[in-house]
This record gives sequence, structure tokens and C-alpha cells, in this order.
Amino acid sequence: MTQPTAPVAPPDRAEIDAIIAAHSGLEGPLLPILHALQDAFGHVPQAALAPLAEALRVTRAELHGVISFYHDFREAPAGRHVLKICRAEACQAMGGAALAEDTLRRLGLDWHGTTGNGAVTVEPVYCLGLCACAPAVMVDGRVHGRVDAARMDALLAEAGA
Amino acid sequence: MIVWVPMDSASKAVGADEVAAALLAEAEARGVTLDLRRNGARGMVWLEPLVEVEIDGVRHGFGPMTVADVPALFEDLSAHPLALGPVDELDWMRRQTRLTFARCGVIEPLSLAQYRANGGLKGLRRALGMAPGEVVAEVTASGLRGRGGAGFPTGIKWQTVHDAPGTRKYIVCNADEGDSGTFADRMIMEGDPFSLIEGMAIAGLAVGATKGFVYLRSEYPDAISVMEQAVRTARAEGVLGLDVLGSGRAFDMEIRVGAGAYVCGEETSLLNSLEGRRGVVRAKPPLPALSGLFGCPTVVNNVISLATVPVILEKGAQHYADFGLGRSRGTVTLQIAGNVARGGLFETAFGISLGAVVDDLAGGTASGRPVKAVQVGGPLGAYMPREKFDTPLGYEEFDAAGGLVGHAGIVVFDDRADMLVMARFAMEFCAVESCGKCTPCRIGAVRGVETIDRIAQGDGSAIPLLSDLCETMKDGSLCALGGFTPFPVMSALTHFPDDFAQNREAAE
Ligand SMILES: Cc1cc2nc3c(=O)[nH]c(=O)nc-3n(C[C@H](O)[C@H](O)[C@H](O)COP(=O)(O)O)c2cc1C
Ligand code: FES
Repeated sequence: MTQPTAPVAPPDRAEIDAIIAAHSGLEGPLLPILHALQDAFGHVPQAALAPLAEALRVTRAELHGVISFYHDFREAPAGRHVLKICRAEACQAMGGAALAEDTLRRLGLDWHGTTGNGAVTVEPVYCLGLCACAPAVMVDGRVHGRVDAARMDALLAEAGA
Repeated sequence: MIVWVPMDSASKAVGADEVAAALLAEAEARGVTLDLRRNGARGMVWLEPLVEVEIDGVRHGFGPMTVADVPALFEDLSAHPLALGPVDELDWMRRQTRLTFARCGVIEPLSLAQYRANGGLKGLRRALGMAPGEVVAEVTASGLRGRGGAGFPTGIKWQTVHDAPGTRKYIVCNADEGDSGTFADRMIMEGDPFSLIEGMAIAGLAVGATKGFVYLRSEYPDAISVMEQAVRTARAEGVLGLDVLGSGRAFDMEIRVGAGAYVCGEETSLLNSLEGRRGVVRAKPPLPALSGLFGCPTVVNNVISLATVPVILEKGAQHYADFGLGRSRGTVTLQIAGNVARGGLFETAFGISLGAVVDDLAGGTASGRPVKAVQVGGPLGAYMPREKFDTPLGYEEFDAAGGLVGHAGIVVFDDRADMLVMARFAMEFCAVESCGKCTPCRIGAVRGVETIDRIAQGDGSAIPLLSDLCETMKDGSLCALGGFTPFPVMSALTHFPDDFAQNREAAE
């Protein structure tokens, strides 16, 4: 999916071109290409912008406008694991805000921050559709519900935070 | 031994995969042949992971299952500490009218054979024997209204696209489900994906579109994976493609993944996103029905709207229309969430009161404390106090009570909720998610947070400012993000003034 799970290889021009070519026949290919680039490299690499702009006949500025609009796309790699904590209402009703605050405080991070050892980036997310088993979090595309402090500890330990 | 363990992401989130692995290991250790099937979820999330064991052809429930309770499933089942009895006879199941969700939790989601054996594809077959205009008329007669939030009559939208000139038309399924407290779209996509595919194919036949897109939020990796597999299967089995069920008529579809923007649930913003642009809202007119995706006539419908179409065609418009209240026909797929003893999906005819949902179905709060407020309809829906609990679930009825049915998410808060904090969150969320195109939303939301912070610091003179700001956002915003954020904010202020009082610390 959209979450990087492992350290990623430096962007390789041939791979970038292959990803662009594989999707350019789609109707509205830009988002699928950006997702594919991010899946491959953990972010949308700078090196992809020129070939992408050329292939889709858009300006670099337009491209930047699109990439920066969406919360998902990163212009630099995240930590080895991405922990998304739901901040939305149903999770708040079950103590989600305190869970998020405690987690950030313990890791010494703000939202979007990455632990010093590069293990975990913490992102806010607004609903994971797990609102009947709140509070909910997602680690690299795996969902967890009814998360309490102990469960969070275990998840962080597993991720090497 | 036939055992069912759900593969729904809510089930997985609370350990269904671990339970499934433990079942396999235990069966092997005991030399028992285990036929382990992965169904969608029934919707009783408080009982998840809900394991079902077939006994004489009847599925008996056991839950919430833990790995430690797995070995006892191989002993005397009637003595199992988590035994619930036959699943279909549980109160929660018996009291529902399951039309849209009839198969969800019952079948293996990716088995087209089980889908067919349980009524699947009957609606599409019937539609193939009808003229396009007749299919549209059937949907109109059912009274189905858009389940994505606005409640616009689906048949009328289809009629516009049907009548629009043009040979290239599209069906776009809005699977962005960004509202907190909602998960019906996710559940049906994970638990009965072919119903959405069938609904989209019927929509395509009805309006003359041969291509569909599902715009599915990236926060739902499990739903994405199930839908992608289901589309491949449907194509391989001739449900999709150039020759739909051998009719000679074409319809195909693609799954497209969103990129984490709430506003892309707004239909015009969604279309921009599909086209590969920034997800900013388009001014209307033109309506997407006339000039939508790539400028072509486009049906944009919510997942539940589309997934309900097959049963309408299968059972007939009247069958569907016979359920409901006033102008809200058919069933509402309630999603009961937040601080509740029993949360999950409950499909029932429109007309049930909010209080019956909260006090009876949900069984009050999980914490056991009094209910303070209920937010219905997602982050743009009002907070309803107990005084409004007699409001029946219906579009007009909720509107008259200052509320919003929206996508029918119901989020319950206990008496520890600070409604000033919730109002501030509504503004903050709007600020984070605003597409930036219109000033009342983009700037208003930021000012809203600042103004609520002043109130929190004891500046009562900021309260009228907040009301004025909300009026400006309501009147001047381009879409319902800025236009409806005032509803949670003002309902919090109106119904829970103590939380905004100058001496709020003392009041607590
Ligand atoms: C900010 C905003 C977010 C929305 N999010 C969704 C959504 O996630 N899913 C959805 O179906 N409709 C959403 N809508 C409503 C859509 O604009 C549109 O009304 C709907 O997709 C039409 O389908 P329906 O008639 O089947 O409900 C949203 C609207 C706004 C203003
Ligand atoms: S509100 Fe947190 S998962 Fe829905």
C-alpha cells in the first residue's frame, strides 16, 4: 500500500521510468504513478519529477502542487515503520487523544516526527473505519483496535522505537 | 469441522488473524481436519473476533475469541465460556432488516459461487432484460437516496446522466468514507465486494456508461486488496468486461486509491483527484451528472447507494420502498461507534429513534457512565443532546432537529467529553482538511480555532464572534466542509453552554 515498511533503495532512473511507463496508459495516471513511486522508494523522489512532468505533459509546478496537496505523499523517506494514530471523534470518545499524547510525549516527538533511531514515524490519521473498536492505530498498513497503553508499548517495541 | 473467522479489518484489528492461526495449530496438534473459512464481519464488533462453528449446519457464535480460548473450541462446545448460540438468532441479528448487508458476514467475500448461491447477480440479470430507462425508473421508484451524505434521490441523478448527450459516460463510486464513526462502506467492500461491483454494472447499463472507477481511500488497505481481487475475479468470470453475463453489453471498472485528503470525498474534488489534479472543489454548475469525469456525464454515488441497487432490482422497487419513514425509504445502515457497550453495523428501516439506537441497541456507554452527546453524520454533523433522542432516523426528521443523518455514523460520548474541545477539534479538522479554494472555509476554520481558544481562556466576549464566524462559514463556503463545520461547533455551544462558560474550570 502506501506505507513504506523497509529501508528503501535509492531512486533508480530506470525503475522510475518503468513505473511511469507501466501506468501512463491509465485514464488519469498521476495518482497511481505517485502511489507506485512511493511504494517503491518510500517517498516520491526528486529525481522522478522531471521525467514525470515530461511523460504527462504537465509543468513541474503543477506536479509539485498535486504532490503537496495530498497528506499521503512524502518528498523525503519516513522512518522504517509508520505508526498512524487515529485522532478522529469516535477514537476521542474512547480515550484516543490521551493515547496519542502519551505516545508522542514518550517518544519525544510531534506529529510527523521520526524517532532518533529512524525506526518509527508517527502520523495523525482521521478515521481508520475502526470506530466501533476504538481507539485505533495502523502500523505499516496493519490495523489495531482497542489499543491501550500496554498494546501501544508492544507495538512500539515491535517496531523498534 | 467447519469454522468461520472474519477477515474484516475490524476483526483483524482485534486479533482475528491470531485466532485463525491458533485454530489451525490446535487442529493440527489434535489431528482434526479443519475447514477454516474467512467470512466478512456480521457487524457485532463488540463480539469480535467472532468465531463461528457449524454444528449440524447451523453456525454457532463464540466471542470475543482469544487465542487462549481456542483449545476449548475442540472440546464440548456447549460448555465453551464464550458460547453465544446460533448467530442468526442473536438479538442484534434478529432485529435487523438486512437488505444491503444480507450476505455480509455470511459468505466468503471472494467466492463468486457463494455470492451467486445467496441471491447475487439476480439483480444484474434482471436489469439486462430491461431497457435502460426502465432500470432507472425502478431505482427511482424504490425511493433510494444517496447514502454518502446529501440524500439526493439516486434515480433522479441516474436519469440526468441517462438523458445527457454523449457516448462516453462514467460510473464513479465514492469510497472515500472519511467520516469518523462510519465503516459501512469498508465492511461491504471487505465482506461482500461483488454487491458493489454488481451495483456499478447495473448503474452502467442504466445510464449507458461502460467504465467505472471506485475511488477508495488509502486508509483502507484491506478493502483495497479485497476489491482488487474481486474485480479480477468478476472480469475472469464474465461479470465485467466486454460481454457482461453473455449479454453482449460492456462494463468494466478500476479501483483507484485516494491519498489521504478528507475533502476528496466531496464529489467534485474526488473527480479532480481521479483526473490527477489537486483535490480542490469545483464550482457547481455544471453538475457532475452533466459534466463530470474528464468532462463527461458521470454518476457519482456512495458505496452503500450502489451496493443497495442489486437487491432493489432483485426484489423489486416496491419491496425496498415498503420499508422506511416519510421520504426516507428503505433501510439505513447504522454504524454505532465511539463509547458504546455494543458497537457495530445495524441495518434497519428508517424511522428508529436516536434514543432507541443509543440506549437500546448500543446498550449505553462502554464506560458505564451517562451519555453526554451523540454526533450523528460524521465530523460535519451536529452533536445531539439527550433532549433530542426522540428524533427518528430520517433525512427530513434529522434536518428539522438541526441534525444530519449523513452516512449514518453514530458516535457516542460519555459525560467526560468536553464539548468545547470537540468544537475546537471540528474547526481544527476543517483547517487541516480544507482544500483552500474558498476563504470562509480556509481562513474561517483557523480563526475558529483561535476564537475557541479565547473562550477556553475565559474570554466570554469571543462567543458571539464564534457565532458570527459560523454564520459566515455556513453562508459563504463552496462545499459542505466549510458549510457544515458550524453544525458540530454551534450544536456543542448551544446544547452544552457550561463547557463554554467563563468559569468552566469551576463548572467541571
Ligand atoms: C467534505 C465532504 C466530504 C464528503 N465525503 C464523502 C465520502 O467520503 N463518501 C461519500 O459517499 N460522499 C461524501 N460526500 C458527499 C459527496 O459529495 C456526494 O454527495 C456523494 O458522493 C454522492 O453520492 P450519493 O448520492 O450516493 O450519496 C462528501 C461531501 C463533502 C462536502
Ligand atoms: S474515528 Fe478512529 S477509527 Fe474511526
